[in-house]
This record gives sequence, C-alpha cells and structure tokens, in this order.
Amino acid sequence: MAKKLMKGCEAVAEAAIQAGCHFFFGYPITPQNDIPEYMAARLPKVGGCFLQAESEVAAINMVYGAAASGARVMTSSSSPGVSLKQEGMSYLAGAELPCVVVNMVRGGPGLGSIQPSQGDYFQATRGGGHGDYHPIVLAPSSVQEAVDMMQDAFDLADVYRTPVMILADGIIGQMMEPVEFHESTSKRELPKKDWAATGWSPASGRPRAVVNSLYIEVDELQEMNDRLQARYKIIRETEAKAETYNTDGAEIIVCAYGTVARICKSAIAICEKKGVKVGLVRPITVWPFPEKQLKEVMDQPSVKKAITVEISAGQMVEDVRLTVNGAKPVEFFGKPGSYTPTAEEIAEYIMKSREA
Amino acid sequence: MQTVFKKTPVLTDAILHYCPGCGHGIVHRLVAEVIEELGIQDRTVAYVPVGCAVFGYKYFNVDSVEAAHGRAPAAATGTKRTDPNRVVFTYQGDGDLASIGAAEIVHAAHRGEKITTIFINNAIYGMTGGQMAPTTLVGQKTTTSPYGRDENHCGKPIRIAEMLATIEGSAYIERVAVNTPANIVKAKKAIKNAFECQLAGKGFSLVEVLSNCPTNWGMSPVESMEWLEKNMIPYYPLGVKKDITKEV
Repeated sequence: MAKKLMKGCEAVAEAAIQAGCHFFFGYPITPQNDIPEYMAARLPKVGGCFLQAESEVAAINMVYGAAASGARVMTSSSSPGVSLKQEGMSYLAGAELPCVVVNMVRGGPGLGSIQPSQGDYFQATRGGGHGDYHPIVLAPSSVQEAVDMMQDAFDLADVYRTPVMILADGIIGQMMEPVEFHESTSKRELPKKDWAATGWSPASGRPRAVVNSLYIEVDELQEMNDRLQARYKIIRETEAKAETYNTDGAEIIVCAYGTVARICKSAIAICEKKGVKVGLVRPITVWPFPEKQLKEVMDQPSVKKAITVEISAGQMVEDVRLTVNGAKPVEFFGKPGSYTPTAEEIAEYIMKSREA
Repeated sequence: MQTVFKKTPVLTDAILHYCPGCGHGIVHRLVAEVIEELGIQDRTVAYVPVGCAVFGYKYFNVDSVEAAHGRAPAAATGTKRTDPNRVVFTYQGDGDLASIGAAEIVHAAHRGEKITTIFINNAIYGMTGGQMAPTTLVGQKTTTSPYGRDENHCGKPIRIAEMLATIEGSAYIERVAVNTPANIVKAKKAIKNAFECQLAGKGFSLVEVLSNCPTNWGMSPVESMEWLEKNMIPYYPLGVKKDITKEV
C-alpha cells in the first residue's frame, strides 16, 4: 500500500479500526481530539459506533460495558482526562476485561499545558488506579510505529484479558508523518470470549456470565489477585520489547522512549562526530520494562554509565536504576512539564557528563 | 395437585442477603417476573450497582455485570450500543444513582439511551451503614445527619423521577412504591411498561421505587412501611411522570 501523510492521532484511529475495533467512547481534550473526530466520521461507515460521552469517567465505563459484552473497544484521552479514567481502568483490570486506552500525554500536574510531556509514566506503568494491577503499556516513537502496534495492542488485551495503554507524547499525536498501512492480521491465537455478558438462558450451553471485580471473601480475592499476578509474570517474561541502537562497544548508554528517543539519536550522531560512542536503548514496552534487553547492553565492559532522558522530573529513570541495580552510575537529564530537549542540549549533557 | 404459585426461573436459588423486611427482595422478584413474562431472559443483561444490591448478579438469573459506583448507566450504554438487540437494565439505589452517579443517569436519559433503570429510593445509604442520601427527607436522622437533615446545610431531597422527566430523551418515567400489595401490583405494571418501552426502541425508561430500610431507619418492617406511606409518598408523589407512548 502507498504511503500516506497522516497526523498521528488520525493514523492511530485508522489503525485501530483496521485492527477490528468498531466501538469508541471518548471525550474531547487537547491534544488528542483528532482521534474521536476521526472515529466519529469513520465508525458509522464500518457498521460500528462512536459515542461522545459526558465525561472521561463515563467514557471509560462505556468501554467497560462494551468490553464486558465481548466487543473490541477503545477510548483515548490526554493526561487530565486519563486521570479521570483511572477508576475505570482499575475496574477493567479487576474484572479482567480487554480494551485499549490511548494517552497522548501533555504537561502536568493539574491542567498543565497542551504541549507534549512524559510526566504520566508513573501513572501508566504502576497501574494508576487502586489495587495491584498493571496495564500493558506500549510507547511508540513514530507515527508508523504507533500504527504498527495497534493490532497487537488489541490482541495483547484479548490474550491477557487486560487493558492495554498506548502511551505517546503529544508530539506523536500531533505530528504528520508518512505512514503505510499493512493488512492487519493477528499474529496471536485469540481466546474465545465465552465469559462475556451477551444474553444467556439455560439453553445457552455455557455458564451464566458474571462480569465482576467484587470478591468479598479474602480467599476469593486472593485467587483473583494470584491469577492477575501469574498473568503479569508471563507478560514480564515474554512481552518486553526494546530497540537497541549503536550499543555495541558504546561508552555511554542513553535510555529514552517515545519522541525523545528519536531526538537522542540525533544527539548520538553529534557525540559520534566528537569521537564519543554513545548507544541507545529505547523501551517499546514501558510496562513490562525491558529489563533483560537493557541489562545485556549495560553489562558490556565498554559501558561506563547510563543517562536517561525524559520530558519529566525523572520517572523512567527509576526503572533504569532498578535494572542496573547499582552496577554502574545512572544519570538523569530532562525537565518536568512540557520542555522537549534539543539534540544539541542532550549531546552537551552527555559530553559534560563524560568529563565529570 | 394444581400449582398455584411458582418462583420465576429468572431469579436464581441463591439466598438473598437483604435484611428482614427490606423491599429489595420484592423489587428483584418483580423485575425477574417481568423478564420472564416478556420472554427476554436470553437477551437481557443486568447491570448491578454499588450499594445494597451489589450482589444482584447472584440473584438475577441473566448475564450480569457489576458496575463501579454510579457508573451503571454508562457501562450499560456500552453493552447496548455494541448490540442494540440486547435488553439492558440497571438496578441502582439512591446513593449510587442520585449522588455519585447523577451525571451518568442524566446523560443516559439525555441520549435517550434505550435501557431501563430500576431506581430504589429508600432515602438512605444502606450498605455503608445508614448515611444521608440526596433523597433523605428534611429532618430525617441518619449517621451523617445525626440531628436530622438540615435543608440550610445540605439542601432538600432531590426528586429524581420529576427531574429526569424534564429531559427530552426520557420516554417512560414512573414513581411507584412497594409498601402495600396494591402498590406492588402497580409497581410491577410500571416495570413492565418500562421494559416494553425499551423493546419498542422509544428511548430511556426509569421506574423509581419508593422502598424501605428498616435496619437503618431503626424501625420494624411494619413501622417502616407505615413511615414510607406517611413521610415519603407525600414528598415523592406516585404516578407516571412521563410516557411518550401516550403523548399526542
């Protein structure tokens, strides 16, 4: 298929539809309005349903209901709106329901800004709502990558019966890039949704469906939590993904995700010209964090330290430190809010840090 | 031997956890009987609330979903919109619907969502131990209005049926009570009308059921029914508040 120039938000929406998502419930918030707008125009044409909810709270609960009845469904929002969705995310996780939630992250805290940010990393990767749960969190660094990961985002949700979050900074959502849509087919064996509430009678040939996250007895709640944790263990062991770039024999490893990782590649080229070899580890899944991939790179004798670069006060850097576990120094470069560092600034930090 | 009464198969055999004398059991039975009579068990999905009816999924013998507090109308929307052929109802109390879920119920009505809501108004939070609800009467003592509800401090009780009847998307709104056999017969008819309204695709339907809470009102079941009659019905008048099927 020929390449098309598309805005990130619209490309994500189209990729979701091509992945079989015909139901979308959302609420307007900048900088992701192009997703609901695209869905509003396209979904009626493919026999689906777009509905603008009265709030993000209602939208995520509509997603909960659609997922409870077995539909492939998604919502999208940006930081303040995603905060409102956290109650629903916890219920979705507790009731073991699949769905996809897109967060085009903007600056915070509070109303913050409408410019890009990576300040929602903790909220996304630690669960965000109450209780012991994690959504799977995917972090695209280009519009094409966002498009390519949508099919698997829905498949992951179905396989592990969990919410999956696309965590993209606002740049990914608002930037136009050439994208190519490949025929979207599932690479996974998808389980039957025989647990879904679709209507039942004694003649239905399955048990009556009860979609629920209430387990009032201690033992029953334990059983549910054990089931979730066992699933998370498999996800940690098998689904972590990262891109490594220029890492062989590197002296310094930069760790960054999303758009920032692309800027880091330019910074690496600047350092290269100055004769310093810098590599990049770019987590593609930020939960599960690609510990194995990062550790392998960091274990090289040539590597002296890691520098994590983020548009935050330093959030992913905690996962980098946990992974490196004191074996080598881990530094942080970045600012909270919405300040996107330039390649020159990152290169300057790397060079200075090397001399220090 | 002639069978003169049979429990509806749309209720399971699980033992209800409700307090002795509570109206929830009556309303559960009415809803289940209506589902049986309309022959819609195999396409009905129940949405149960957070509150006393939180275990409703154990009792309604249909596919059931437990919603977050107040969010049942939004979640039910998800089930209905993904397959309009389904019959979807929410069963909610006054804390769930009139307080934390006020936005969700208003907008379900506003969209003309083709779902049916059974709204139990017993003027108190039952499950959490008898706190004040938006529907608690002025002067009524609860654990969070220990000197009686003061209208200057927290307003007068909200009339949900009348409020929702003003919304264009509402198709059928009625208030009933389950304090006497005659009122129970009327309540069942209202619930049936509400489901039929959904089946006809007319819009949003809701039945507000005035019910009792002997435990948290601190009364015997009989006293509580008398209290309902004497105090609730005058403030919450019974009757059809909206019925677009009857309008010219």
